[in-house]
Amino acid sequence: MARVEAFPVVEETKRRSFLADLLIRLVKEKPLGTIGGIIVLLLLIVGVFAGLMAPYGYNDIYVGPRLSAPSPENLLGCDQLGRDLLSRIIYGARISLIVGLSVSAIAVILSTAIGFVSGYFGGKIDMVIQRFVDAWLSIPPLFLILALIAVAGPGMLQVILVLGILFGIGQSRIVRGAVIGIRANTYLEAATAIGCGTGRILWKHVFPNVTAPIIVLFTITLGAAVLAEATISFLGFGIPPPMPSWGGMLSEAGRRYMLMAPHLALWPGLFLAVVVYGINMLGDAFRDLVDPRLRGGLGRYDRARKMIAKASTNQAGEVMDEQLKNKK
Amino acid sequence: MKTDGDLIQVRELVKYFPVLAGVLKRKVADIKAVDGVSFDIRNGETLGLVGESGCGKTTVGRCILRLYDITSGQILFEKTGITNLKGEQLRRMRRDMQLIFQDPYASLDPRMTAGDIICEPLLVHNMVKGKEYRAKVAELMKMVELEPRMEDRCPHEFSGGQRQRIGIARALATRPKFIVCDEPVSALDVSIQSQIISLLMRLRQELALTYLFIAHDLSVVRHISDRVAVMYLGKIMEITDSDELYAHPLHPYTRALLSAVPIPDPKIDRERKRILLSGDVPSPLLPPPGCRFHTRCWMAKDICKESLPELRNVGSSHWVACHLV
Repeated sequence: MARVEAFPVVEETKRRSFLADLLIRLVKEKPLGTIGGIIVLLLLIVGVFAGLMAPYGYNDIYVGPRLSAPSPENLLGCDQLGRDLLSRIIYGARISLIVGLSVSAIAVILSTAIGFVSGYFGGKIDMVIQRFVDAWLSIPPLFLILALIAVAGPGMLQVILVLGILFGIGQSRIVRGAVIGIRANTYLEAATAIGCGTGRILWKHVFPNVTAPIIVLFTITLGAAVLAEATISFLGFGIPPPMPSWGGMLSEAGRRYMLMAPHLALWPGLFLAVVVYGINMLGDAFRDLVDPRLRGGLGRYDRARKMIAKASTNQAGEVMDEQLKNKK
Repeated sequence: MKTDGDLIQVRELVKYFPVLAGVLKRKVADIKAVDGVSFDIRNGETLGLVGESGCGKTTVGRCILRLYDITSGQILFEKTGITNLKGEQLRRMRRDMQLIFQDPYASLDPRMTAGDIICEPLLVHNMVKGKEYRAKVAELMKMVELEPRMEDRCPHEFSGGQRQRIGIARALATRPKFIVCDEPVSALDVSIQSQIISLLMRLRQELALTYLFIAHDLSVVRHISDRVAVMYLGKIMEITDSDELYAHPLHPYTRALLSAVPIPDPKIDRERKRILLSGDVPSPLLPPPGCRFHTRCWMAKDICKESLPELRNVGSSHWVACHLV
């Protein structure tokens, strides 16, 4: 009698890196997340090649009539100083990209450091760190940002640092939770038993097992950071003019001339909304893919179930064939 | 493969776990997991350690390996104290003493490949050079009867028995002299259990290993052990040669335990007297005074409630802690 496998081996699975696997599944299983991914990719391209794509410099004045409507020379029109709006939006994408990526990077590094120390060592260290984080989270973020910017002074670097620290401390909670979640696993004790030092345990055993939430964290922070930068630039505490930040453009040109030239408010606002929406969709999709409990009906399990169902009906068919043969 | 001399000597080992409570995490009580345990493990022998869950047998194993800081007592490895080793010295000691875990699922890092798991001890102790790495992995995998071509697979692609083999290969990587087997088969199917037991026995022979074999299954212990120690509530109740223990158990607790082992003959099984203990194991937070076992012992006299019986030799290296023997 042939040996019946408990699970049908359909194909030898190819070994992919975790990130490659995530991206492939994103495209296969999450259409909305894929759209988000495309938006993020476009932002990346526009941001990096802004200098080549923009028809004018971001601060070239009187390239067209002031407050003019869209025209073939100035596709999205001009602002109150006669600067080309399209060029400023393209350069604004670069600002959003730089701020977003830097803030996310700082936040993830900071929250990983805090979360690892707090979650892995636990005890009194954890107590002290978590009470500090509690206090930090109890202050309204906008107030905190404005206070810190007031101390640090205006400028892109200051904005990046302030937002990075703000998000980093708040999100250390998530990393801490993830570390505590795997802390109880015996393989960490096994690592101690074979003689690993603390550093090696954290880097080789804890970190690879919490990369999933950290990737999700990075994406979600990206959206929040772009939005936060726009917010404080809108309030006039962020990226100082004439640097073209989308938030700054909204307040400086958009709000003031909204009735005379509505496109000055429309375009920066629209781009900001679409980009943040895209990033958030991507982040959501990553979270769903990484956390099996949140996987929707179109996920991997559905496919696996279908495969098993198919294989088992085949088996049932073979058994019936055999029985028929025996009868004859 | 018996050579003389004691490899491990444990003297009056005590391990209390503090119970913390309140906002300030003050210590309010102790869980007396291990409360004054002494025994030796001779070079090349296998000492079985049995007892109910919660009796402290796992804690004893972890203490010997210094995975826990012990409360008091002395542990000697090859006649040198290892109780106070720290940092680098402690790490170096871990080359000679290894642990095989109970749970083959949780004890392997899910993000590493089998080969990396097996060879990590060698990397940690700088015992392997770049070129030798793959050869070493293959050698260790063959030693535990795994196919070397599976080295690139992750733990979740293996069965429970295969995973336990990976765990054993990892423990063997640094060629230790002493291995604590912490219920290495209790998470496995019975058919796999015997395979793993024979593997452990073969390795003991080939590599001249010394085991501390912790288990709650008396028949498994009988098969592999030279001597057996019976623990109850943080104390050793009886310790003697394996055959002697099963033939002439002296301590009432041991007798109760042995009477619970099923005999594969319904006739004998029906006729023998089964000793049923009443009640539960008392809390290790507040162990009973006198003999730890007197609350459940059907033979208990007044003396058992008052004074703690010492572990004493009753002839031919049979040690029992009971007033009435």
